[in-house]
Amino acid sequence: MDIELMISSFPKLLNATLITLKLLSVSLILGLFIGLGFAILRMNNNKLINKFAYGYSYIFRGTPLLVQIFIIYFGLGQIEYLRTTFLWVVLKEPYWCAIIAFSLNTGAYTSEILRSAFQTIKPGYLEAGRSLGIPSKIIFTKIQIPIAIKQSLPAYGNEIILMLKGTSLASTVTLMDLTGVAKYIISTTFKPVEVFIVAGGIYLFMTFIIHNVIKYLEKKYGFQT
Amino acid sequence: MELLYFGDKGWGDELFFATLMTIAVSITAMIIGFIFAALFTPLKLSNNKFLNSIGNAYTTVIRGVPELLVIYLFFFGGSGAIMFVASIFGYNDYIEINAFLTGSFSIGIISGAYSTEVFRGALQSIDKGQFEAAKVLGFDKYIYFFKIILPQMLRLAIPNLSNVWQITLKDTSLISVTGLVEIMRQSYIAAGSTRDPLFFYSFAAILYLMLTFLSMQLLNRLETKYSKGY
Repeated sequence: MDIELMISSFPKLLNATLITLKLLSVSLILGLFIGLGFAILRMNNNKLINKFAYGYSYIFRGTPLLVQIFIIYFGLGQIEYLRTTFLWVVLKEPYWCAIIAFSLNTGAYTSEILRSAFQTIKPGYLEAGRSLGIPSKIIFTKIQIPIAIKQSLPAYGNEIILMLKGTSLASTVTLMDLTGVAKYIISTTFKPVEVFIVAGGIYLFMTFIIHNVIKYLEKKYGFQT
Repeated sequence: MELLYFGDKGWGDELFFATLMTIAVSITAMIIGFIFAALFTPLKLSNNKFLNSIGNAYTTVIRGVPELLVIYLFFFGGSGAIMFVASIFGYNDYIEINAFLTGSFSIGIISGAYSTEVFRGALQSIDKGQFEAAKVLGFDKYIYFFKIILPQMLRLAIPNLSNVWQITLKDTSLISVTGLVEIMRQSYIAAGSTRDPLFFYSFAAILYLMLTFLSMQLLNRLETKYSKGY
């Protein structure tokens, strides 16, 4: 055990954790909007729209995240047309490519979580709202969404932890996130165990916090439906 | 389309063998995962606090740390660890372990953590009366476990195990970082030499979709078969 290396690499890894957290938070926020959008499309009665939303979530959940990042980072740059548009400003940055891939990926999972949450809402709640003459827009925003959020909290907590682990793939497109820096230190010092303990410890600490925050929220908002 | 020709001109045969490699690694990893699950599930269910905490540590650490980090640990640390063990027995030469073994082993440890949770959940949801009845009827330990508990546990575990299989299959893409030529690595090589990454990575995505789709069909059939008669 090289304790000195563990101590000296800790600040470097902690610094890289900031990038991991940035990637995680931005893609979770974007993914939540994408997920909500596709969950609404999934519940549409139009078959074509429904199929489209299903296809989206099927493709993103059926392929590895690594393929998705590589298609966006290495693949899209190949289209000549894209290079002339303003999109190229975003797509030439590995940071934004990673964020796009992560948000689309977590969006697909989130849409499934939200869809099942919406579908398990008891029809009585909606009927009660309708018979009270509440407009359907308000039924959606004030009745369906709050119940769906409360019901999907446990599954969404898992998704946040999966996404935290997913951000490690950013290191494959040259970003120096926690895993990227850990790999760099391992490959220069050849001390994998020490670095794994420190970097893994930081990841575990983050999963621990996320887990407990979700548990707290579940308790706070939990009610029987 | 020319890019996919078999033989020297295209990448068809290379990608075909890479797909077989992905399947081989996934199956090996899944089996290694079952071995780990068989070791750790009893620990997680044990009443002994010490054994219990070992089981919990395994599933918590592996499920809370990115797969890529675990792979780097085994990729960079694997041969060192084996050489250390070998040096105790007096063998001091350099030992290089095969990328297939490191890859399957690291993915296997990860998939084992998920399988452990699945088996634990399945065992716990078997009716308590079944355990008691088997004990009261005086079956010996072998029949007790293999003829009464195991069949019921597997039936409950299969739907969740098919999720673990999907996760494992997708995780194998990560061992491309160690240089093992599976779908991702082969696409990377092909994309590099033809400068057509969009095509090859999209094709890789289609291959993975096909694998997940086909295995889903098979597993669903298995699921309906085993949920019969209940």
